[in-house]
Amino acid sequence: MPEKIDKNNFLSFVYDFYVKTKAQEINLFYEGEITHQITKAFTSLTEAKMLKDEEPNTVQKKVFHVMVECLQNISKHADHKNHDATATKQGRGIFLVTKNTIQYNVTTGNTIPNDRIASLQSMLENINSLDKMGLKKLYKQQIREGRLSDKGGAGLGFIDIAKKTGQKLDYHFIKIDDNLSFFILTSTIKRK
Amino acid sequence: MQVIKIKGTDDTPTVILDVENKFMEISGRSLPEDVAAFYDPILEWLDDYAENPLTKTVFDFKLVYFNTASSKLLLDILLKLEEIADEGNEVLVKWHYPEDDEDMEEAGEEYADIVDVSFEQVSYSLD
Repeated sequence: MPEKIDKNNFLSFVYDFYVKTKAQEINLFYEGEITHQITKAFTSLTEAKMLKDEEPNTVQKKVFHVMVECLQNISKHADHKNHDATATKQGRGIFLVTKNTIQYNVTTGNTIPNDRIASLQSMLENINSLDKMGLKKLYKQQIREGRLSDKGGAGLGFIDIAKKTGQKLDYHFIKIDDNLSFFILTSTIKRK
Repeated sequence: MQVIKIKGTDDTPTVILDVENKFMEISGRSLPEDVAAFYDPILEWLDDYAENPLTKTVFDFKLVYFNTASSKLLLDILLKLEEIADEGNEVLVKWHYPEDDEDMEEAGEEYADIVDVSFEQVSYSLD
């Protein structure tokens, strides 16, 4: 009875997923298209939760900020203009917020064309190599010289996340095939 | 001159541009879905205003939050104010920040470094 096996598989997947999200202390998990409405819903949900947890104001603001920038990164950059329709649709990805006693982690994952990895990697490496003063300088340079893309990106998101959190950006690329890779980025906000 | 009054929402700021009452302020939260569409009318208004500005322009920024996409448009506003100052007019930017918000204070300092306009940093209490 294949149907029954499928159902059992599904149920054990659900339970397994529950156990794993608990173990990883996942506060929020989402897979799908990231829209402005989704961004608003997630940030207000997380804000309400942090308020209830009496998280310090500065932590709340930083988490809010990192969430907005990460979600907007996906909605604005996770596109595949040059790929066939079977590739991931524009603005889709996964989004996770995890929390433990010392920090919040905001993780995003989305597919990107392999030919864009090199430039993204060098940009992230550069950001991670800079101290606070260096980040301020880069931010000022980018805000002056950068142009707003047609999707409304200012090229400032990653710089600003590093600058406001004071933490290095943690990123990985997992190869999917000859055209695409999965890009995972985790930003960390210390709770005190 | 036409008065601009935009009531803020949870993702767009309150904007008041009123020459007659010498009041120009952007306050609240700024993370609009389409930043360019939101700020374009404000920048156009400033272009018109620059033709015949007050002898002293005071522009208040009292934002509690803005995303990086908005930060670029806020710079565009400041650059318009700089142009007005370059024409020999007095311009003062008042940058208000919640007293416990270092990031907002720093944002004001950074803008002050970038544009050549008088800046006044004003801290306020949220209570």
